[in-house]
Amino acid sequence: MDSAFCPPRTDAFPAGLRVLVVDDDPTWLKILEKMLKKCLYEVTICGLARDALNLLRERKDGYDIVISDVNMPDMDGFKLLELVGLEMDLPVIMMSVDGETSRVMKGVQHGACDYLLKPIRMKELRNIWQHVFRKKINEVRDIESHESMDDFQIMRNGPEQSDDGYLVSGDPTSVKKRKDTENKHDDRDHCDPSSVKKARVVWSVDLHQKFVRAVNQIGFDKVGPKKILDLMNVPWLTRENVASHLQKYRLYLSRLQKEDDLKTSCGGIKHSDLSPKDSSGSFGLSNLTNMHQNDAANSGYGFSGNKKLVQSIDIDPKVQEGDLKGIISLPRTEQKKMLTGEASDPQKARSSQMGFNHSFGSIEQDVNYAAFDSSISAQYSWSGEKVPEAQFQEEHRPSVQLETSFNQLPVPGPQHHIQVDCLQPTLPPISPGSSRKERDKASPAKIKPLYASYDSHHVSNVSPAGSEIDLFSVQSKCQMVNPQAFEPISNITLNMRNQGHNQSGVNDLESFQRNLISGSGSALESLEDLQVHWLQGDCNPMNLGLRNMEFSDYHDQKLITEVPFHLYDPLKLDYEYLSDLTEYPIMDQGLFIA
Amino acid sequence: MDGVVQLQRQLLDYTTLLFQEGFLNDQFTQLQQLQDETNPDFVVEVVSLFFEDSERLLNELANTLDQQSIDFRKVDSHVHQLKGSSSSIGAQRVQNVCIAFRNFCDAQNTEGCLKCLQQVKNEYALVKNKLETLFQLEQQILAAGGSIPM
Repeated sequence: MDSAFCPPRTDAFPAGLRVLVVDDDPTWLKILEKMLKKCLYEVTICGLARDALNLLRERKDGYDIVISDVNMPDMDGFKLLELVGLEMDLPVIMMSVDGETSRVMKGVQHGACDYLLKPIRMKELRNIWQHVFRKKINEVRDIESHESMDDFQIMRNGPEQSDDGYLVSGDPTSVKKRKDTENKHDDRDHCDPSSVKKARVVWSVDLHQKFVRAVNQIGFDKVGPKKILDLMNVPWLTRENVASHLQKYRLYLSRLQKEDDLKTSCGGIKHSDLSPKDSSGSFGLSNLTNMHQNDAANSGYGFSGNKKLVQSIDIDPKVQEGDLKGIISLPRTEQKKMLTGEASDPQKARSSQMGFNHSFGSIEQDVNYAAFDSSISAQYSWSGEKVPEAQFQEEHRPSVQLETSFNQLPVPGPQHHIQVDCLQPTLPPISPGSSRKERDKASPAKIKPLYASYDSHHVSNVSPAGSEIDLFSVQSKCQMVNPQAFEPISNITLNMRNQGHNQSGVNDLESFQRNLISGSGSALESLEDLQVHWLQGDCNPMNLGLRNMEFSDYHDQKLITEVPFHLYDPLKLDYEYLSDLTEYPIMDQGLFIA
Repeated sequence: MDGVVQLQRQLLDYTTLLFQEGFLNDQFTQLQQLQDETNPDFVVEVVSLFFEDSERLLNELANTLDQQSIDFRKVDSHVHQLKGSSSSIGAQRVQNVCIAFRNFCDAQNTEGCLKCLQQVKNEYALVKNKLETLFQLEQQILAAGGSIPM
């Protein structure tokens, strides 16, 4: 039924609202279809999440709202929710016969605009149009407040082609589509309740990465849509598309920044000047697969979570004890590490590997941006000297991708926590503008990822790719790893230490590190606290841990302290994963230090 | 016409009884209200889907519980589906057993689960029977030229 390209809205909005219903229960599908039809909506039903995604991708602008069940055999409803929100930016309503608060909360965290309990009454469905309307209004509002209206034109829905091949259709069709959508836009113009209409460009991960790269190249402060557009070199993308995306991005970052500012350090990990000596020698963590101490000289690890990105990193699984200042314990799981930058500090992955997918840099940018893009990976690159690169975004991966990569790398059995302590030698403040390349290389001087794995069981691979653990190359400033960002990777506790870098708050970290090294328990405790926080599941408290790192210098940097939960969910596969982790003792102190 | 009136009365009484005994709940009424000229067999169709789905789930449940080593997660998943399904047509008693069933799953209580399985099978059989009777009555009324009272 190709009526998807027909203008859905008539003057009788909300009648004609195009709803996609996804539910594996055939009885409910039928009932919902009937109910929605009675509401005069245009209904499409779907029994499988995969099919739903295909439908949505095929007709980028073919639906206004998605209603999905939480429990489906082929894909977790929450995952679908995230994907839809990120890729298509459609409002999604969740449904379930299970009304437990935790489930509902999870839904909201993942971005659901509503959560209905079955049995569903028709009156509940009558009002779903409000979510569509609300979204539209907000978009308009955002645009209006940030962009001059001059720039705002009817956006053309560019060919829905993205690098990752979300090609909706072949060329001829896409041309036709464009025409159709343009017509549609024109039509919509008249009937749409909101006066401004925006074409929906799907910002795929690749596209977003390009965007971020461009932003970084230009320099975040000097960025402008035209410049970005030029750099991105995506023919079908318009300046308006970029402008609105940039604006969202800014909002996202500023939101993170605000949240970050609000959160005061909870004590705990801070940068500390961990002198190499302290960490000399590897820790004899019993379960640590690799202990490395990164030499101060070694730059930090920029770990780009992205599998693709990882390639640039060379993780050398050799342990060079003594050279390294940090201690990195790699989880036993397999891994592809994606340590970018200087993985010069050999990271030895024993049986397990850690994939550090986090590049903190402009983590927040990245991570937050995940909001725009499923950057779950929060690739935080802690490139020591690097400014958080906005490029982290490049590491954004669509949750879909992450998911796949995750699938490919089976998560190692035991869940491990990886605690990363990154020692960072003096690092320049992380500025969003830093380019990834720098980071990759540098991995600034001294980043010492310190991984303490308390116990083999605690080593967790948070990396989206399953067994990858994200290492954060700590940048002197940034280091706020947003625990949330790591939600999927939630078990990583980052300790950023700034070697030789006197940063307020670092001292604690340093002492912490020292303690770790020396085997004192107290340090572990704080770590433990962090861990606990981390493990607490989908909640912000996780931020505490990281927040403890006081980076007073980082105010200007938007550290991602919090990654929208829903962004990370795909990575995380299952929140239960987290809760399972919580069951593990956070730290097995005895194991922590040799 | 007397016959029709009688049948209609019978239908109403029967339906009321089913509600009173908890076999059906308000959701069923909702379904009846959804039925209209464009879809005169809506309720029957939905209920048929329910029967099919439930039977499949009950079989799966029996299989899963029959294993040497029971996968309670799987059991729970099936029960959850059955719960959702029964909620769709308002099969209240089936739904209630499912709730208890899930608790036993959580507790990994095999015996409890087996009992619940038996119970849910019974309830399902009962409600199926009742609904079939109901539909037969409706058919009779329609055949006699009457209309279904709401």
